[in-house]
Amino acid sequence: MCSYVTVKSPVTGSGKGSAGWFRLSHAMTYFDHPYHSPYEHTLNIDFVDEAAGPSARVAVELTADSARELVRCIEEALAAAGDVAGG
Amino acid sequence: MYSGLTAEEIRITGHGGDEINAYLARPVGPGPFPGVAVIHHMPGWDESTIEIALKFALHGYLAIVPNLHYREGPDSSPDDAAAASRGAGGVPDERFLGDLSGAVDHFASLPEFNGKAGVIGYCSGGRQAFLAACSLEIDAAVDCYGAFVVGDPPEGMPLKVTPIVHLAENIHCPLLGLFGNDDKFPTPEHVDVLEAELKRVGATYEFHRYDGAGHGFFSTDRAMYRPEAATDGWERIFEFFGRYLVTA
Repeated sequence: MCSYVTVKSPVTGSGKGSAGWFRLSHAMTYFDHPYHSPYEHTLNIDFVDEAAGPSARVAVELTADSARELVRCIEEALAAAGDVAGG
Repeated sequence: MYSGLTAEEIRITGHGGDEINAYLARPVGPGPFPGVAVIHHMPGWDESTIEIALKFALHGYLAIVPNLHYREGPDSSPDDAAAASRGAGGVPDERFLGDLSGAVDHFASLPEFNGKAGVIGYCSGGRQAFLAACSLEIDAAVDCYGAFVVGDPPEGMPLKVTPIVHLAENIHCPLLGLFGNDDKFPTPEHVDVLEAELKRVGATYEFHRYDGAGHGFFSTDRAMYRPEAATDGWERIFEFFGRYLVTA
């Protein structure tokens, strides 16, 4: 399918793309056809700096299972950090 | 089969007089050859779409693939440009039509062109192929599992995509539709609605629906590839374009 649905969220931090490190402004998250992964659909996240142009992008294409596991791991890591991570 | 080909990236004039890039593949020979404009899918102006253009050239067609995301990243890789296009809301229909029209018009500058041009699109490009059939002076169109020709997009969808089945009464040319019965976008019911509308307006059309195939069954580098459906689909495509585009 082409879900066409893109969830855009502001993010604060940095990413490393083809030209080195840059500041991130947003994460674009969507479940759709991948560009590279050899799967029918993947959970795709583009970490971007919109002001810096299309090449300021760190892209990942994850299977649905691995994306869910990543969400769990992120929550686990944040929880383990306790007060340091806020929340 | 034409074993000799020339293929290259070129510049064409797209919507609003903008220069965009395109991939052009041509059989070697005097022709006359028909032209086919290949519309890429949402992931962009990619290798798999260019391979489709090469296949058409092997079969005696001039084939052009306009980069519909060029403006979002003229100095970026096509995948980055596609991501930027998605983030900006996608390709507006009017701009798509202008760019596709520019691609089709480019054929007229080629001495071996026979004057007949068709379009083919996959996935989101399938919807755009139907839009082109209803909007541009072309001679044949192929819609490969285009979503949202019929049916409302999901709630809150940020892209500028709307159903266009109501345009069927303006259809200018014969339409070939190829669909997988396991597809969710479009579902077999969506295809039923489109077929009923084409019947109602008296359009010349031909639909083929494949059991055991879902969305993207032509994609050889994906798990959804279905060789039986894809092989039959290619035969239908060449028979259809052969009927409406080939003149010699």
